[in-house]
Amino acid sequence: MSSPAVDLQQDFFTVFNLPRSFQLDSAVLDQRYRELQSQVHPDKFSHLSDAEKRLSMQWATRVNEGYQTIRDPLKRGRYLLSLHGVDTQEENNTAMPMDFLMQQMEWREGLQDAIAAKDIDALDALADTARNETRALQQQLAEQLDTTHEFVNAAGTVRKLRFLEKLAEEIADAYDELDS
Amino acid sequence: MALLQISEPGLSAAPHQHRLAVGIDLGTTNSLVATVRNGISVVLNDDEGCALLPSVVRYLADGSMQIGMDAQAVQSEDPQNTIVSVKRFMGRGLKDVGDVVDLPYRFVDTPGMLQLRTAGGVKSPVEVSAEILKVLRDRAERSLGGELVGAVITVPAYFDDAQRQATKDSAKLAGINVLRLLNEPTAAAIAYGLDNASEGVYAVYDLGGGTFDISILRLSKGVFEVLATNGDSALGGDDFDQRIYCWMLEQAGLSQLGINDIRLLLTHARTAKEQLTDNLQAQITAVLSSGELVDVTLTRDAFYDMTKNLLARTMQPTRKALRDAGLAVDEVQGVVMVGGSTRMPQVQRAVAEYFKQTPLTNLNPDKVVALGAAIQANVLAGNRSADDWLLLDVIPLSLGIETMGGLTEKIIPRNSTIPTARAQEFTTYKDGQTAMSIHVMQGERELVSDCRSLAQFALRGIPPMVAGAARIRVTFQVDADGLLSVSAREMTTGHESSIAVKPSYGLSDDEITRMLQESNQHARDDMQARALREQQVEARQLLDAVENALEEDGDLIDASGIETIRASMDALKAVLEGGDQTPIKRAVEALNQATLPFAQARMDKSVSSALKGHKMSDLEN
Repeated sequence: MSSPAVDLQQDFFTVFNLPRSFQLDSAVLDQRYRELQSQVHPDKFSHLSDAEKRLSMQWATRVNEGYQTIRDPLKRGRYLLSLHGVDTQEENNTAMPMDFLMQQMEWREGLQDAIAAKDIDALDALADTARNETRALQQQLAEQLDTTHEFVNAAGTVRKLRFLEKLAEEIADAYDELDS
Repeated sequence: MALLQISEPGLSAAPHQHRLAVGIDLGTTNSLVATVRNGISVVLNDDEGCALLPSVVRYLADGSMQIGMDAQAVQSEDPQNTIVSVKRFMGRGLKDVGDVVDLPYRFVDTPGMLQLRTAGGVKSPVEVSAEILKVLRDRAERSLGGELVGAVITVPAYFDDAQRQATKDSAKLAGINVLRLLNEPTAAAIAYGLDNASEGVYAVYDLGGGTFDISILRLSKGVFEVLATNGDSALGGDDFDQRIYCWMLEQAGLSQLGINDIRLLLTHARTAKEQLTDNLQAQITAVLSSGELVDVTLTRDAFYDMTKNLLARTMQPTRKALRDAGLAVDEVQGVVMVGGSTRMPQVQRAVAEYFKQTPLTNLNPDKVVALGAAIQANVLAGNRSADDWLLLDVIPLSLGIETMGGLTEKIIPRNSTIPTARAQEFTTYKDGQTAMSIHVMQGERELVSDCRSLAQFALRGIPPMVAGAARIRVTFQVDADGLLSVSAREMTTGHESSIAVKPSYGLSDDEITRMLQESNQHARDDMQARALREQQVEARQLLDAVENALEEDGDLIDASGIETIRASMDALKAVLEGGDQTPIKRAVEALNQATLPFAQARMDKSVSSALKGHKMSDLEN
């Protein structure tokens, strides 16, 4: 009989056989994702029995979900915290430091101005700033999760990153708007 | 230890027999069928040596039909009953189809999908497409000398769920087992990529007769990974014809033409468009039914000018797809041109300018999609190809549900790799609420009214609780064809009220059965015979698959497990050659059931082997 060690309930880090940490070698993740999909993807099962097709779809879905969760730093951070039993409270915890909120307001005003003036250069500059800030916060999150294990503070960093993700989405929408 | 039996000769198909499978490009203007023969993908021609089957169906009053060239030849004589570009109506309601005043058809505004009133009766676009598919199926079966195991049918990448479902229903109606719905640009990438052993990021620009797609793919070590896709499922070569047609009316001072004249001038417009690919000007001469002469000269420059904004409508999705993929223009290694409309010089120029490189056109843009689909079909049918490759595709449009105030909440974002699933929890807002309405949407816009409504269903039987106490988990599952199913379940009480939803645009099995009977009443016996043969083919395939699996992995289960499976196999073999479909179907289901634990064990082994591969690669790193 086969070992029952492999099942659909495993956490995503186990699925990809990666250490449970925020720091991640994305090249290794990409490679394992492809290796796993090569084994479980429905295209490999379409000529087999219905039972095997069903299993394949469940597995391929799970592997895709895991890849999307682990590949994205914000989702990865949120997921690691959930594995540690910490809820990031992104929907209801709005207590953010005042200076962070002021900064956010400033950027959003800058975004509105850039859209109004159809100023692509200003949009590029804002996108750059948002990327740099995101990177700095990811660095901080890595330390809180992997080194100091300050999970409550890490949840705060995740909430900040969520703000920046929303800003990035709005910047992307602005590019679409200026394009049309 | 497991004892393996050798199957009796004649009872099971030879394990390594080549299975007949084809790729079908069901196009707006033309359709094609291709297959892999001796390891090479080839397009199958008709008896006259033509590869392209015009996607035109004419319905006559006596119930007969003309399909392809014959129908195309008479389209201006009988425009009302000669359906061209039916792909534009697939999964579409009347309000979705613009410019209906210019179209010669008698539309019936049926809920969900429109229908067409013809001399041969009211027809759904699904039925019209099925007639085209049947011709291709027959062509393939005659050419290959046997019944098809199945087909890969291509769809525009930007087709939404309703359009995909309609395409799959057409195939079902045509008696074709759909191995997979494959996105057209992805099919083209397979044909190109495997041909040239390419690596890197590629853009596929696919401008067909009625649809436009742009896909950005990464090719590496035999993996085709679609990073982003975008497009316009109502933009294509037809629109370029339309522009010339409008220009002709203006030039000749015409208005209020009859439907025959409209069709006549559109045909001339198309010819002029094609001439302008190699010539600097085109002469258009036509005699209208009134005897009036239309004689105008169209220059290439004037044609470019009048179609500039159509081109702009392809470049905007192109930029968006690249942004969604998170890539800059200079990271794109090659641009593949697909679809007959990419022959227009202004299209090639615009694409070259944007990507700062000459687009690839070394494969015939009319055939490349069918060729790629055939390669995929060959693999899916279980004919092992020498080089193992994997295709990872995405859904083109976000899926979500309606929330308070007519807004949509996205549940699966666009460009998610399929298959994919996402669950979201909802709660009741009234005390004692026992039902909940769920409205499934597809599209990018915030307002429900701007998105496509896919399905609306009520989840009933929620146990009465105080407001906010119930936890209803709604799961969206998108399969490898890009088709959605939705299920909902109440979590707190263990009361499982689960429902699978077929989008409202899809046809029910009953409707398909009715259409099958209507379209083929005199040939009912043929149909039953065909259904029996299809069931037998499926059964033999299953026996084959299980036999091979036992041979490979029989050691994964104990002797009693093997015995159970063998017993079910024997039961199936016993009814297989009988003349009745139902017992075969039952035995197939029983065998599927019996192999469940074995399938699980095999999947575990596959995944474990992939994980072992990881450890090996660790050592290498």
